[in-house]
Amino acid sequence: MIKRIAQTAGFTGLLAALLLTLLQSFWVAPLILQAETFEQAPAAHEHAAGTAAHTHDAEAWEPEDGWQRVLSTTAGNLVVAVGFALMLAGLYTLRAPTRTAQGLLWGLAGYATFVLAPTLGLPPELPGTAAADLALRQTWWIGTAASTAAGIALLVFGRNALLKVLGVAILVVPHVIGAPQPAVHSMLAPEALEAQFKIASQLTNMAFWLALGLISAWLFRRNRDSHYAA
Amino acid sequence: MSIISSTSPATSGTTTLSQRLTAAIGASILGACLVYFAGFSHIEAVHNAAHDTRHSAAFPCH
Repeated sequence: MIKRIAQTAGFTGLLAALLLTLLQSFWVAPLILQAETFEQAPAAHEHAAGTAAHTHDAEAWEPEDGWQRVLSTTAGNLVVAVGFALMLAGLYTLRAPTRTAQGLLWGLAGYATFVLAPTLGLPPELPGTAAADLALRQTWWIGTAASTAAGIALLVFGRNALLKVLGVAILVVPHVIGAPQPAVHSMLAPEALEAQFKIASQLTNMAFWLALGLISAWLFRRNRDSHYAA
Repeated sequence: MSIISSTSPATSGTTTLSQRLTAAIGASILGACLVYFAGFSHIEAVHNAAHDTRHSAAFPCH
């Protein structure tokens, strides 16, 4: 069972991370690099009062633009993709997909949980965008993802109407509380670039999650129980 | 989530429910740790390395 989870998560993470890296390299990363040219312009580099300034630690290692940066982003993608794939494969041991296509539904649920719901309150941001305190945003993000996951699970697997209503309520709670917002909204990059980045980020993440769901369901079903001793 | 997922006709009965629950929870926690490390860690070097991953995935950054 553990071998099945590990194999499914490992190979799924690898394949989905490669797809993510490809989409990022051609679409998302160029927008980030473009935004950084505004950030690096010395005159523009002031953080409005009451917003979280992003720290510049001269000591910390930073990948150089070019192959180093692509490589370290690929590594980051790989770790994140294997992490998400482990969650999916773990859940499959409780609710095995009966068809490979069901993986698409799991992928959609993952997209809703980890991308769509958090970005309703904290939209994808280019470097140089003013934002509230990092720890507060991270807490809201994690809380939103957790409650979205629980809400969707109740909505889909709940056996009676009461559980389903409870699911919807749990889905809505983080958005009623509201995401932490900066005192002053400001952005160094032009709005058109930010708009383009939001679309690029959403579509890239949707493709990533659909691939993650589909590949994981396919691999999980391939490594059936009969292939190993439990 | 685990409580309502307790019966699954699709999974064969070679393993007990508690074994499957343990595996599912363990895998989910391990997965969450990996995502947290790459996407949410406050270590500066890790942040810099996974910077583009974070922005692209719309994780809170900076």
